[in-house]
Amino acid sequence: MTKNVLSVKDMVVMFDEFVALDHVSVDVATGESFGIVGESGSGKSTLLRAVAGLNTFSAGALSINGQSYSGRSRSKDFYRTVQMVFQDPYGSLHPRQTVDRLLLEPLAIHGFDNVDQRIMRALDEVGLGSGFRFRYSHQLSGGQRQRVAIARALILEPKVLLLDEPTSALDASIQAEILNLLEQARKDRGLTFVMVSHDLGVISHMCERLAVMKGGKVIETVKADALERRDFSADYTRQLLTASEGFRRV
Amino acid sequence: MSDRLLTVEDLRVSFPTRTGEVQAVRGVSFTLGRERLGIVGESGSGKSQTGRAIMGLTPKHAKITAKTLNFAGRDLLAISDRERREIRGKRIAMVLQDPKYSLNPVSTIGRQIIETLKTHERISTAEAKARTLAMLEAVQIRDPERVFSLYPHEVSGGMGQRVMIAMMLICGPELLIADEPTSALDVTVQLEVLGILDKLVAERGMGLIFVSHDLRLVSSFCDRVLVMYAGRVVEELPSADLSKAQHPYTQGLLNCLPTIGSDRHPLPVLDRKKEWAL
Repeated sequence: MTKNVLSVKDMVVMFDEFVALDHVSVDVATGESFGIVGESGSGKSTLLRAVAGLNTFSAGALSINGQSYSGRSRSKDFYRTVQMVFQDPYGSLHPRQTVDRLLLEPLAIHGFDNVDQRIMRALDEVGLGSGFRFRYSHQLSGGQRQRVAIARALILEPKVLLLDEPTSALDASIQAEILNLLEQARKDRGLTFVMVSHDLGVISHMCERLAVMKGGKVIETVKADALERRDFSADYTRQLLTASEGFRRV
Repeated sequence: MSDRLLTVEDLRVSFPTRTGEVQAVRGVSFTLGRERLGIVGESGSGKSQTGRAIMGLTPKHAKITAKTLNFAGRDLLAISDRERREIRGKRIAMVLQDPKYSLNPVSTIGRQIIETLKTHERISTAEAKARTLAMLEAVQIRDPERVFSLYPHEVSGGMGQRVMIAMMLICGPELLIADEPTSALDVTVQLEVLGILDKLVAERGMGLIFVSHDLRLVSSFCDRVLVMYAGRVVEELPSADLSKAQHPYTQGLLNCLPTIGSDRHPLPVLDRKKEWAL
């Protein structure tokens, strides 16, 4: 039996009167790669942010690695277990810190030793090399920045990685490189992924199971290979699938 | 070909910067009739600057040269700014990427569309309004009267892009340049907007230049595709023959996309060769 590393039960997130997440329940097994798809406003990013403690949730339960967490507060231990990579590589790196400084900060917070080696290793792992260590983020391309963001998440040796549209700001060829990098990291470290994307192609490539979200609710949870066989029930999933196949003249 | 609309020969666009001249477009040539042409490339390939140079929207400090840049018998590089303005919006129109930034936020949708119409035609306000409402209906906006008096921030992205298309088509242009018209929209809305665009272009017999980074989308939408890399056209081919692409860059772009039902781990990545950029 595989244990669930992440379990969300009946989570509700409200922004004033607006219900962004409406009783959402999701279970992710250890070592699994779990995808979330949906259109903008469906609550997919809100779910990730609520798990990471960036949004509060007003009802429901969250448990990670057997430990339960409440609305907002997260312990240091939590961030050793769970790390997040954001969509926009331009906005998620501090513009006035060098790559070295960016990677040092999480290590310092969590009191790691051998920082020098760890930074070098993290950069190597994401394919950047030591030449990038003392550069600023504006000197890097979009793909390189996303690599730094991934290095920053992996440097704490987390067990769960939350990925919020990690490649949607990148060119198709760069996207392939980043996806390969993420897969390799997952294989090497036995990570669990929770990945949000609007691109069904990306999700079905990366994930074994996926949840389809709309209007703050999980409509359906299917296996990725079921998509191929058209083995799902919700009409909305079919719409998304048709949309991902491209334009067809009627 | 008698109904050749646009001839571009050896188009070059360069920008002077502190570190020297950056050549964004380096010798692009193509001709366009009343057909759909797709221009595909990654960021920095010069695809948008090609479209902008034709529209005349390149910043003043940039340098544009071309052996020929001919639209319906007129040399676009030789004509005055005034003549350019007469063509822009009336005979060549452009749909931009994000309706959030390309519509005027402090003017109602109706007023903006009427403004386009009145700039190019001498008609009464009542007639302009009637034509605007008809156009909004043509882009499948259900309640044109209501949308007419809304401000751009009050409509959704998909609706905004329809408004943009309506505004661009109201003067009946012969050539439409669409620069990533659906990249800012949700996948489900994308198809709707493309469907509308497709129908109107076919009905009105316009020429269309569709600029996008999405090779698959472009090939399903256009008759012919130009693939650009580092400011040059590396390959030109009919959309139907996309699978027979010769250039390694085109092949690489096609291959690196993850698709449903293909099990390729790891994904093939693009191995950029220096000689492509020569």
